[in-house]
Amino acid sequence: MEENFLIVKDVIKQYGDYTALKKANISVPKGSIYGLLGPNGAGKTTLMRIINQITAPDSGEVYFDGELLQKHHISDIGYMPEERGLYKKMKVGEQALYLAQLKGMPYTEALEKLKYWFEKLDILSWWNKKVEELSKGMAQKIQFVVTVIHEPKLLIFDEPFSGFDPINAAIIRNEILELSKKGTTIIFSTHRMESVEEICDHIALINKSETILEGTIDEIKKQFTEDNYELTLKNTQLESNEFYEVLSNEENTFHIKLKEEYTIQQALGFIIKNYEIISFKKEIPSMEDIFIKAVNNV
Amino acid sequence: MYKIWLIIKREYLVRVRKKSFMVMTILGPLLMAALLIVPVYLTEESKEERLIAVNHQEDFTLEDTEFLHFTSIPELEANELVKNYSNSSYYALLYIEGEEFTLYSNQQISLSVSETIERQIENIIEINNLKAAGIDPQLIESASSSIKIQTKIISEDGNATNSHSEASMGIGFIAGILIYMFIFMYGTMVMRGVIEEKTSRIVEVIISSVKPFQLMMGKILGVALVGLTQFVLWILLTIIISTVAELAFLDDGSMANEVANTNQSVILAQLADITGGINLTQIFLLFIFYFLAGYLMYSSLFAAVGSAVDAEADTQQFILPITIPLILSFVLIQPIMDNPDGALAFWMSIIPFTSPVIMMVRLPFGVASWEILLSMGVLVSTFIATTWLAGRIYRTGILMYGKKASYKELWKWLKY
Repeated sequence: MEENFLIVKDVIKQYGDYTALKKANISVPKGSIYGLLGPNGAGKTTLMRIINQITAPDSGEVYFDGELLQKHHISDIGYMPEERGLYKKMKVGEQALYLAQLKGMPYTEALEKLKYWFEKLDILSWWNKKVEELSKGMAQKIQFVVTVIHEPKLLIFDEPFSGFDPINAAIIRNEILELSKKGTTIIFSTHRMESVEEICDHIALINKSETILEGTIDEIKKQFTEDNYELTLKNTQLESNEFYEVLSNEENTFHIKLKEEYTIQQALGFIIKNYEIISFKKEIPSMEDIFIKAVNNV
Repeated sequence: MYKIWLIIKREYLVRVRKKSFMVMTILGPLLMAALLIVPVYLTEESKEERLIAVNHQEDFTLEDTEFLHFTSIPELEANELVKNYSNSSYYALLYIEGEEFTLYSNQQISLSVSETIERQIENIIEINNLKAAGIDPQLIESASSSIKIQTKIISEDGNATNSHSEASMGIGFIAGILIYMFIFMYGTMVMRGVIEEKTSRIVEVIISSVKPFQLMMGKILGVALVGLTQFVLWILLTIIISTVAELAFLDDGSMANEVANTNQSVILAQLADITGGINLTQIFLLFIFYFLAGYLMYSSLFAAVGSAVDAEADTQQFILPITIPLILSFVLIQPIMDNPDGALAFWMSIIPFTSPVIMMVRLPFGVASWEILLSMGVLVSTFIATTWLAGRIYRTGILMYGKKASYKELWKWLKY
């Protein structure tokens, strides 16, 4: 068993009559990139606010690096909220210094690290500009820097790529992967599935204030994979029979579902005998399919 | 604690470096200095010597004053002057025809000149009338008298000190207005700061590092320091500007200088006499106290309002109930000065929402120690309570975007 860096156990949070989290459970392995998925209003933001100690849970526990979550852990967490911004009238450098110091960094160290990051992202020339002079994408880069500047053990990104153009999104993604390689545990919250498959190794799915799915991407995919196959033939005709059922077809590509009492070898044997096969593969669901399926099933 | 200090520092520096702060800081004392200097300048101006021509001098013997000299001219010349005044060497021509008196000039005649002449003519006519009625004007003069009532306060230990309601009114009025202005200006400044953080969406970034309450208190304290800085700068600049300006105005000629010196020492003596019955140190210290405590109470409420809205335009419905007591105390300054020991004055100086302004108005008239202590105690406990309440609304409000809050909503937030 891998060691879990963050454990959220049976967390409940209510706002008046409204239940934001009914029973949230997640275990984030150390060094993983953990995707927190769920439709809008599922409770993702509330959960992230609880981890950041912005709001307190009504009941349940959060363990951070083996300890019960405490005030001083704040300086070990970097959080980029979905609703993010900067003081528009303040200069970039001054503002970044201020935010870094609020995270508990001493002035000289903050200055040194900021210069390093600004140089790395090629934004050092913005130091004395006011934020209002920058474009949205530029401001997002600064937002990223101030999130990671204090080298936290846990990074939490809420919809990190919204507001970035593809080039800058790629830059930021690479930076995140690099941080992950250095051992930082990363939590991602998003409803953009393609980015999840690309970079996450673990996910949790939250729907209607509850965790309904959790595990590695492979495990979950296995769990949701059915005995469906994609088959391309020279022929344009294929009928359902005792081995399989034809679900759909476009031209000469068919989607078939194996019947339970037979193995794929038996079905293929029958097909090879009667048809000429161009390609054949097992259908593995995308995260998006799983997401929709899981949300609709529960 | 260190983090709250960082927040205070930022809030303070950002505002003090603003151009509007500099402008206000310089304009304020200029206006105040203007109020002090303009009267001086005006009296200065009338000290110019003036020659006034008069026809019919034999009927009305006008006496020369320090700055006005009268000279009689023939009727013919006077008539000529009325038609064509240009090139005349006289400041003005007083034309007397029967009961009608007219001042002709080619420039605006100053009010003090026409008033001086009016008074002299009235006097002459009065004396003439008395003589005509067979009354000796000297008799009237010796019978008339002028007195001035002195008011004294007997304190608990039996000492009587001069009391001066005019000075008390002046000091109370100025202190009350200043507190009102400061609470309003800096309270709304806090509110705007909260709205700015909310609309620019930086607030969630910050409260992942500090507690919402710390952010709120840091802002409130930072702005309080801005207020104190401005206040101190105003006082310093006012003193500097008025001293410099007075020196500049009074420096032409040693005569004027001498006059100024004697004037100043007289004024100082009078000032010492006037304020003799008023405890200025106590007023100053209590001013700082009521300014800070009143500001802390109101600004936390303003912060709560700021947290509940998305734009300044939406603040109206919440601002009104907060500002009503403040405006009420402003409006009631006059009636309270008329009766500084009445029931209205007493209650309004105890109720915390009006006490910062009203107590300052009452103080120079003398207020019993227990009343001051009671008022201070009530104010401090209220400000602790409002800060606590505001903090609860604030921490929920700042995270609510795009939702128009109602009073019902605020009530729910209090209980989260």
